[in-house]
Amino acid sequence: MELFTNQILAGIATGAIYACMALAVVMIYQAIDHLNFAQGEMAMFSTFISWQLMQWGVPYWGAFIITLALSFAGGIAIERLLFKPLAKAPILTNVAGFIALFAIINSVAGLIWDFTIKQYPTPFGSYPFLGSQLISTHQAGMIGVTVLLLLALYFFFQFTRIGLAMRAAASVPESARLVGVNTSWMIALGWGMAAAIGSIAGMLIAPVVFLEPNMMGGVLIYGFAAAVLGGLTSPLGAVVGGFLVGIFENLAGTYIPGVGNELKLPIALALIITVLVVKPAGLFGRPIVKRV
Amino acid sequence: MSAVQEVVTPAAIEAVPKRAMTLGYGTSLIMLALLLLVPLFVKNFIIFQLTMLLIYGLAVLALNILTGGSGQFSLGQSAFYAVGAYTSAILMEHAGMNYALTLPVAGLICFGFGFLFGQPALRLSGVYLALATFALATAMPQLLKLGYFEHWTGGVQGLVVTKPDAPFGLPISQDMWLYYFTLVITIAIYIFSVNLLQSRSGRALMAIRDNEIAASAMGVDVALYKTLAFGVSAGITGIAGGLGAIAVQFVAPDAYTITLAISLFLGMVVGGVGWLPGSIVGSAFIIFVPNIAEGISKGLSGAVFGVLLFLVIFLVPHGARQVAIVAQQLMGKLKRN
Repeated sequence: MELFTNQILAGIATGAIYACMALAVVMIYQAIDHLNFAQGEMAMFSTFISWQLMQWGVPYWGAFIITLALSFAGGIAIERLLFKPLAKAPILTNVAGFIALFAIINSVAGLIWDFTIKQYPTPFGSYPFLGSQLISTHQAGMIGVTVLLLLALYFFFQFTRIGLAMRAAASVPESARLVGVNTSWMIALGWGMAAAIGSIAGMLIAPVVFLEPNMMGGVLIYGFAAAVLGGLTSPLGAVVGGFLVGIFENLAGTYIPGVGNELKLPIALALIITVLVVKPAGLFGRPIVKRV
Repeated sequence: MSAVQEVVTPAAIEAVPKRAMTLGYGTSLIMLALLLLVPLFVKNFIIFQLTMLLIYGLAVLALNILTGGSGQFSLGQSAFYAVGAYTSAILMEHAGMNYALTLPVAGLICFGFGFLFGQPALRLSGVYLALATFALATAMPQLLKLGYFEHWTGGVQGLVVTKPDAPFGLPISQDMWLYYFTLVITIAIYIFSVNLLQSRSGRALMAIRDNEIAASAMGVDVALYKTLAFGVSAGITGIAGGLGAIAVQFVAPDAYTITLAISLFLGMVVGGVGWLPGSIVGSAFIIFVPNIAEGISKGLSGAVFGVLLFLVIFLVPHGARQVAIVAQQLMGKLKRN
C-alpha cells in the first residue's frame, strides 16, 4: 500500500509538468483551433532567454517577468508574420507550418546556446516537501503555480470582456465579427498568451529536466496526451489530464511486469486512447454537434 | 453558455474533384519516359536515391489515399512502414524467401494490421485520431526492440538484408535492377490507386470525407469504408516498407520513428493533399530538401529546412497540385492563341 501511495505521489509530481504544458496547449487550441506542434520549442526558447538574462545578472523574478513579456510579444509576432498569411490555407498546410517552426526554433536555439545540458535555478528550493522524499518543494511550487494559472485563466475567460471576445472568436468567428470582435487580433492575442504560459511552463520544468534545446520533446508529447485526455476545450481538463497521465505512467511502470522506462509512454498513450474510444471528446470536453 | 454548441465546421480537407486527382495522358507519358530513362545516365548512388524517391512516393501515396481520399488523418504511417520492412526482412533472412515474394506478404499483413487499427480509429476524428496514430508510431520502435521478439527482429541491432542480383543474368547493376523492379511495382500501385479512387468505393470514400452524415444517409457503409481505407493505405505503406528494407539492406527499430511519419505527412502536404501524382513531388521534397539544407549550412540545417518549408507553403499552400493547375491553365491559353 505504501508503494502504491508513493507511486501516486511521484505521479502527481511528474504530472505537474505535463499539466503545465497541457494548459499551454489548450490555450492555443482555444484561440486558433489547431494543436501547435511548435509549442514546446517556443517554451524552450523562452526558457533559454530567461537563462541568458540570469547569466547577465538579472535576478530570478526580474528575468521571469521580462521573459513573460518577451514571450508574449514573440508569440504575437510569430502569428502576425508567419501564420496570419496562412489563415486561408488548408488546415494540413498550417500543421506543416508548425513543423517548420519547430525545426527553425530548435536549430536556432542549438546554434546560439549549443546542445550541452545546463542547470536551471528554482525559486522554491529543492528540499523534501512536508517531509516526503517524493515531492520536492520545487514540485509543490510547480503544482501551486499551475493551479493559480488555471484560476487566473478561468476568471479571464469567464468574467472579462476580452476573454469573452476571445472565446467567441474561436468558436464562431463569423458571428463574432458581426458583433464587432476583431477576430484577427484575438487570434494573435491567443498566440501571445499561449507563448507566455508556455514560457512559465518551460521555466518551471527546466529545473527538473535540465535546460537544453531538446528538453521539451518528451514533455510536449505527454502535454498533448494530457490535453487530449482532459478534452481540448477545457483548461481544467488539461490540468486534471496532466496529473492523470503522470499517475498512469508511474503506476504502469511499477505494476505491469516487463514494462521498463521504454514502454511507459506507449502504455500511457494506449490507455488514453482507450479512454478516448469510450469518451471521444475527452473527460471534460464538450461534444461538438455538427450541422449537416 | 449552453452545454452543446452548434457550429458548422468546414470539412478538414477541401473537396478535390475526381478528375483533378490524376494527370492527363500526355503528362503521364512524359513522366514515365523520364522515370525510365534517367537512371541510364546517372551514377549508382543517384539511382539508389531515385529508388528511395519511388519508395517514399508510394508511402506518401498511401497516406494520400487515407487523408485525401477518406479524410482521416494519420501520423502512424511509420508503424505500417516498419511492419512491412520487418516482414520482408524476416521472411528473406529467416525463411529464405525470394525478395519479390515477400512484398505481397508484407502488403497483406499490413492490410490486416491497418484494417484492425481502423476499428478503434472509427470512434476518433481530427486531433484525436492524430494522437491515436501518433501513439502507434511512438510505440512501434519500442515494440520492435522487445526481448520477446529479439530472435526474429534482432532487437536493437536490427537485421541485415542481402541485396538481390539482377535475374536471368541481365548485365545491369544491382541498384539499377532494384530501381526498375521498384518502378514496375510503383506504377502498378499507382494505377490501382487511381482506379480505386475513381470506382464506386472511391466515390464512397470521398463522400465520407466531404460529409460523413450525408454519406451514411446515401447508404454508404461508413464504418466499412473508413476501415478499408486504413487497410489499403497500410497495405501500400507495407509494400513500400518492404521495398525500403531491400533497398537499404538493413532494418532497425530506430529507422522507423515518428520522424518518418512526420516526413511522410510533409510530403503529402507539399505534393498536394488528395492529388495522387503530387506524391512523387512530395517524396522528392522530403528526400532532397534536407540534403540541400545541410549543404547550405551544417549547424543551421534544421532552420534552413524550416525556412524552405515555409517558403513552399507560403507560395503554394495547396502544394504541387496548385502548380499543376496553374500550368494547365497556361497551356490552355497557349493552345487557344
